[in-house]
Amino acid sequence: MSFLHNDVPLAWYLVLSAVLFSLGVVGFLIKRNIITMFMSIELMLNAVNLSFVAFAYQWHEVKGQIVVFFVMMVAAAEAAVGLAIIIAVFRVRATLAVDRINLMKL
Amino acid sequence: MNQSLHIWLIPLLPFAGFLLNGILGSRMPRRFVSIIGLLAPFLSFVLVLNAYVLTSISAVSCPGCGAATAAALPYVETFPYPWIAIGGLRADFSFFLDPLSLVMLLVVTGVGFLIHIYSVGYMAHEEGYARYFSFLNLFLFFMTVLVLAGNVLLMFVGWEGVGLASYLLIGFYFQRNSAAAAGKKAFIVNRIGDFGFLIGIFLILVNFGTLNFNQIAVGLALRAGWHGGVLTAICLCLLLGAAGKSAQLPLYVWLPDAMEGPTPVSALIHAATMVTAGVYMIARTHFLFDRAPVALATVAIVGAATALFAATIGLAQNDIKRVLAYSTISQLGYMFLACGVAAYSAAIFHLVTHAFFKALLFLAAGSVIHAMGGEQDMRKMGGLRMKLPVTFWTMTIAVFTIAGFFPLAAFFSKDAILYAAFVSGTGGKVLWFVGLLTAMLTALYMFRLWYMTFFGETRTADAHPHESPWSMRAPLIILALLSICGGWIGIENFSAYLAPSVGLHPAVSSPHLELILTIVAVLVALEGWLIADKYYRRKPERPAQLAAAMPAGYKLLVNKYYVDEIYDAVLVRPLFAVSRYVLGWIVDTAILGGIAWLLAGVANFTGMILQRWQSGNLRSYAAWLTAAAAAVLLFILIAQGAIPMAEPLTHIMGMGH
Repeated sequence: MSFLHNDVPLAWYLVLSAVLFSLGVVGFLIKRNIITMFMSIELMLNAVNLSFVAFAYQWHEVKGQIVVFFVMMVAAAEAAVGLAIIIAVFRVRATLAVDRINLMKL
Repeated sequence: MNQSLHIWLIPLLPFAGFLLNGILGSRMPRRFVSIIGLLAPFLSFVLVLNAYVLTSISAVSCPGCGAATAAALPYVETFPYPWIAIGGLRADFSFFLDPLSLVMLLVVTGVGFLIHIYSVGYMAHEEGYARYFSFLNLFLFFMTVLVLAGNVLLMFVGWEGVGLASYLLIGFYFQRNSAAAAGKKAFIVNRIGDFGFLIGIFLILVNFGTLNFNQIAVGLALRAGWHGGVLTAICLCLLLGAAGKSAQLPLYVWLPDAMEGPTPVSALIHAATMVTAGVYMIARTHFLFDRAPVALATVAIVGAATALFAATIGLAQNDIKRVLAYSTISQLGYMFLACGVAAYSAAIFHLVTHAFFKALLFLAAGSVIHAMGGEQDMRKMGGLRMKLPVTFWTMTIAVFTIAGFFPLAAFFSKDAILYAAFVSGTGGKVLWFVGLLTAMLTALYMFRLWYMTFFGETRTADAHPHESPWSMRAPLIILALLSICGGWIGIENFSAYLAPSVGLHPAVSSPHLELILTIVAVLVALEGWLIADKYYRRKPERPAQLAAAMPAGYKLLVNKYYVDEIYDAVLVRPLFAVSRYVLGWIVDTAILGGIAWLLAGVANFTGMILQRWQSGNLRSYAAWLTAAAAAVLLFILIAQGAIPMAEPLTHIMGMGH
């Protein structure tokens, strides 16, 4: 694994993380399908995870990796609940377009 | 050497009965409810008897047998942790047993147990059987706490608690509007008295630094020259409390209305025990009253005035229970009169005999009402002598007792009070005369009740009176025996027993004088009987003629001197008016309501503006979020001096290494 340390600088990981995160943000903002938005959120989370791991590796600090586990756990829980909500909404409304799920609006 | 008497169980057993019956009672068969409801007061009574026997062994000169087993009075049990300990204030759950509280406990648990038995028969066909017994047990719990309390604050807890139990039981038939109103009236009038009691407690705390009865007495003993002043203020406050609880002028108005409750409740709470708490409280704090002659004189005047006032009202009432209620007020006035002339043991003596004969009167009246199917108007009774023999004979004993005939119980106690009043200072003769007049009126209205109920013709054709079940007859007979024998102990022996608690009764200085006073009192009672006999047996048309001859006086009595109406006009209506118009309309609606409306308006207006943000569009929220996050990031970078605007990206990337 040492080649990683020597050959790939930390900055590359951070750039990759930033790119992935931005993709997630853009996807979340422009897509109308709720499942796609959901996947965008996952993308953002994993981008953050990547930077965490990179920093942890760089500085030989195990805390960063621990945080990643927490994030993965939250993401898993969120996926379970979120998908359940999406299915429930779809059953009632027969659509996945967020713009049309606006019953709570005044 | 003291062995434990377990007096803490005396209040706790009825409390357990209250919890059991209160929580589970409605799901249990009536038999279990009765067993629980009766067992609790019975065991308490046994414990009190046990305490009495054990303490008497050591009191009697029997050093050999007493030392090993007996406990000495006064006897204290304290819960090992303090109840309230704030700064200098310290109050414990401490139970204090001395001759005074022991006598009181014997009455409360003994008569209480008899009335519980009676209730089993009386309430047999009523709804809310378990509720009734749980409340009755709750009353016993608080009453025993009141009696046993070793400090003023714990006594106040019991004091308020019996008020609560009284309220609950007066309003037992809460579907009836009058019963609910009577309960509220009792509670509110008692609040006025309790206010006085509370102020008295505060004054005691400020001036003595303690609430413990013994320590107050010690504090007084250390300052032998301390008379009047603050002590008078304390005693007048305590008197206000006692007047509320014991239905004295001017706070007596709740007691007649309290007759809305079931009759055994009237017997237990509103005749035998709770209403005597005021007398007990004055006797318990007698060392304060002894140093405050003005307050003591006030007690005597209030007592004498109440005795006469209530007796005159009792003459013209037609509801059998109301006659007894006014009689109770009158007899309580007697006890206050005795306290006021510092004859505390005579007051407690009368308290005990009164508990016997007044409980008997109420229970017999209850038996009559039960037999008449709920009818309480004496004008519709009559001729019940043959149909209710047991009730008739026990009632007869009670009537002769309350009238003060030799050798029944009240003869001795009333005699002791009248004598003590006669020999007490300058105003004593007046007090004695008022007491004597009251004795005659008492005989008059009690024999009136007796004749109207049991003699003549039955005035209700469709009534089918029947004698009550044994559970009701047995307490009647026991109480009748107590009413006969209760006074035979004699005031001298009784006073000697109570002496450690309340000091000695003024000794009989002149046996001749006492004999003369006794004969006068009996003659006066006889006179009352003769008048009643003439008016209500031999010439039953005379009372109506008399009433017609003096319409103003008669109307005054029938309407109870219009006191309720006066209170209504002077106090209740102005209070209502102030509450409704000043406090309700101006303060509440205009000021407080206006402020609330203003705040609501501001919130509403702000919301109307801010709600435009809540578009309901998920992606616009996300855009705002992103923009804000980007703005924060930018701000941090600029603040750190990284100045990303002109620098190439590689510069930042290089910072990692």
